[in-house]
Amino acid sequence: MDDLRKKAKDLLESQAVNVIIGYGEGTSGAVRAIFPRKAEETDKLIYDDRCTQNLAVYLMKHEIKHMEKKGIVATIPAMRSILQVASEYQLKEDELVILGIGPDGKLVDIPGFKAMEDYLATQDFGIQEDDKAILRKIDAMSMEERWSFWKDELSPCFKCYACRAACPMCYCTRCFVEVNTPQWIPISANEIGNFEWHLLRAMHLAGRCINCGECGRACPLEIPIHLLTYKMTEDVQTDFGVTAGLKADMPSVLSTYKLEDKETFIR
Amino acid sequence: MYKENIYLPYLMNIERVTEEAPFVKTFRLKFANEEEGKQFTYKTGQFGEWSVFGEGESTFCIASAPTREGYIECTFRQAGRVTSALASLGEGDQIGFRGPYGNVFPIEEWYGKSLLFIAGGIALPPMRSVIWNCLDLRDKFKDITILYGARAVKDLVYKQELEAWKNMPDVNLHLTVDPGGETPEWKGEVGFVPTILDKVAPASKDCIAIVCGPPIMIKFTFPVLEKLGFADNMVYTTLENRMKCGIGKCGRCNTGSVYICKDGPVFTREQLKGIPAEY
Amino acid sequence: MDIERKLIKRASLGKLVEQLRAEGKVVLAPKKKKNVVFFEPINTIDEMSTDYIATTQSPKAAAFPKSDRILKFENGKEGIKFEGQPTSVYPETVVLGLRPCDATGFDSLTAIFNWDYKDQLYNDRLAKTTFIGISCASCDAYCFCTSVKGGPGNTHGTDILLTAVDGGDFLAEIVSEKGKKLAVSGQQYFEADSGADKEKFLANVPVKFDVDTLVPKAQNSFESPVWLEQSLRCIGCGACAYVCPTCACFDMQDETTGSKGQRVRCWDSCGFGLFTLHTSGHNPREVQSARWRQRVLHKFSYMPERLNVVGCIGCGRCSRACPVDMNLSEHLVNLAEA
Ligand code: SF4
Ligand code: SF4
Ligand code: SF4
Ligand code: SF4
Ligand code: FES
Repeated sequence: MDDLRKKAKDLLESQAVNVIIGYGEGTSGAVRAIFPRKAEETDKLIYDDRCTQNLAVYLMKHEIKHMEKKGIVATIPAMRSILQVASEYQLKEDELVILGIGPDGKLVDIPGFKAMEDYLATQDFGIQEDDKAILRKIDAMSMEERWSFWKDELSPCFKCYACRAACPMCYCTRCFVEVNTPQWIPISANEIGNFEWHLLRAMHLAGRCINCGECGRACPLEIPIHLLTYKMTEDVQTDFGVTAGLKADMPSVLSTYKLEDKETFIR
Repeated sequence: MYKENIYLPYLMNIERVTEEAPFVKTFRLKFANEEEGKQFTYKTGQFGEWSVFGEGESTFCIASAPTREGYIECTFRQAGRVTSALASLGEGDQIGFRGPYGNVFPIEEWYGKSLLFIAGGIALPPMRSVIWNCLDLRDKFKDITILYGARAVKDLVYKQELEAWKNMPDVNLHLTVDPGGETPEWKGEVGFVPTILDKVAPASKDCIAIVCGPPIMIKFTFPVLEKLGFADNMVYTTLENRMKCGIGKCGRCNTGSVYICKDGPVFTREQLKGIPAEY
Repeated sequence: MDIERKLIKRASLGKLVEQLRAEGKVVLAPKKKKNVVFFEPINTIDEMSTDYIATTQSPKAAAFPKSDRILKFENGKEGIKFEGQPTSVYPETVVLGLRPCDATGFDSLTAIFNWDYKDQLYNDRLAKTTFIGISCASCDAYCFCTSVKGGPGNTHGTDILLTAVDGGDFLAEIVSEKGKKLAVSGQQYFEADSGADKEKFLANVPVKFDVDTLVPKAQNSFESPVWLEQSLRCIGCGACAYVCPTCACFDMQDETTGSKGQRVRCWDSCGFGLFTLHTSGHNPREVQSARWRQRVLHKFSYMPERLNVVGCIGCGRCSRACPVDMNLSEHLVNLAEA
């Protein structure tokens, strides 16, 4: 933690960055994102097991984007998000300083996107075991069982879009749910509309979701919405051999055309 | 006394469609239910929620003058889901209308004074209502000056009425288009509204200025008016925020504690200075 | 009306629920799914959860559902036919287990929905709803009802307020005419008051700020730097507004299948980036700090000014639901001290 604070302090003092996006103490034992912009505020930075929010989401936020050069405390999911959005031309490498955090909670030196790619190549990550177990359970269900599983899970959804807001890859200023010429999905939170919203979002994240689980964690109604995009991750991995968020210049899976694609409709 | 569904529209028959400019149309509307039409009253400055069943509602002002009875009119630009649907309708089709909502231009308070109307682009509709209203009461006012500008000649709306106003001996009409927007036949001014205002320089003594237009035009027009000596309480404008309900409930239109749907849309410049600029 | 004190045994409360159901009333009570507590219809008291401080979802949906029909229409050959939603079909409803703060929350909704124009959809639902509240025996760090003039045993807004007293029975305070009607129709379940000291069974909710000092401060804080400072981590979702018992913002939408359809109103939030977006592309609240300011000032400045009611009951739901730990009471203390 001292390493982290020192590095952050140096960065602000030397004006290498204007802000550090990091974790600090919140209320009632919670942690929260904090944004030190002065060297003395870096004392407030912390890192421990409670720090699970994927901070990369803030890189896409209007106010923070406009702070130009920024440092970010980046765990592995955050690093993957950074590479993913960079590959979608949403980030400038030279406006970003990474304060990498390894699985052991220690600071790692990540001097740029290339270094990040190399670092991630040495890391082991995948879908957490408990989520995997549910995915296998869903795989084993009949169509009807799946439908009723999701109907049950999705019916309370009130479309607060916390899942979307928490996701670093959901950065569109006008999400498809807000497009109304034509209207893609109903705005109100009704049964079918909820299905449409979540299935379409999952499609938009196919090949882009990096399994941070932030959407599910953000949901105030504890809807395990991350399972949908996780499933897409698995499918994209099996069908196209692609894992999101490993390279800063990776073409998007779903908009790439290859002659050897196994689906015939595309040829 | 809440036995009425306040979101129920009146059903309106489209009597006449006028193409005003590219993507801009005017509908003349009559109440499908004559009884409702007879009881309906409104004042200039007020707005409504206009709807296409199946597409939703859209907010804009009533563009006709209350002095013209038997119908109401609206002018809209085709831009979103509802206005596109409206634009696809024609004579004989039906739409929904809720209103009238909002406050009004205090025309009675202006009796005995001169009037200066300044409008830009598609913002002429709220102005058209008040202009006709005042022209229909012509002897109550001194000089009437209208300055209207659009980006290009083709974007000027209400071409017939502009012609009519031009031919009225007791109306000073100045038309202008932005530089580059003129055609070879164009006989009006060329220049932005604030520039032309500065050039025309109407006298501010005993004169009320009514300004409607895009925020940027208003922003540059106010200082010119100030220079010409118009006091803040002699300058009126209308604000447009996103609206849904039109009646102070949906929470969408407020700027600070002021609800544009209820407290507006008509404000004096003096009032605007007292409220946060969330519009 | 003077408050009448009675006693109702736990078992009798169960019987009362059965009677209400038998009378055809909908009974909404807290139900737990994972760690989330919703108000949902119950048939027997066993379905009701008692393990909650404040429910995750507020009870506002009883009078202001997340999606509610305004009218139905049909585009036919002979023109358009439409018909307003008949409110006579709204069911008689009893909300059981809401907290004293929740009951107060309807003051805000009522003020908004009756500001000049009276909202029939809301009023008719509310008129058909009876509130049986349960006082709070415990609270958590997010609760601040006592800072906004509420309290864990306040009767205001409930029709009957139950307080669990010795031995698990409830002191039943009959607060309103509606409550009286219900108590009369189920009189066999209400017994004579045992004289329990209610205060002894209530949570101790610390006062965090003085609302009478806060409101004037809020009214002069539009340009304050606190909004940006507080809201940098806010991600602009609708969670706070959707769980909030007093948030009333809505959108109106048409939904069609074939030639038929309905116009509905559904919840919306001032926290969303596109909430105030003009068709021209101009957005008066371009940044999240402006939207966060709207959230706080609407409740603590604009509503007190225009509607004479503070738009927050201190239930803490927004702060519990927020995915990024935006803690309202902390921010209010912050503002009060700024
Ligand atoms: S966060 Fe939860 S309730 Fe909100 S839109 Fe997503 S799934 Fe629905
Ligand atoms: S603002 Fe928060 S604390 Fe206040 S009433 Fe709403 S949810 Fe409860
Ligand atoms: S806080 Fe925001 S969402 Fe809630 S009622 Fe006020 S304006 Fe609407
Ligand atoms: S305060 Fe929290 S719950 Fe509310 S909009 Fe911001 S992030 Fe969402
Ligand atoms: S338009 Fe709904 S509150 Fe003003």
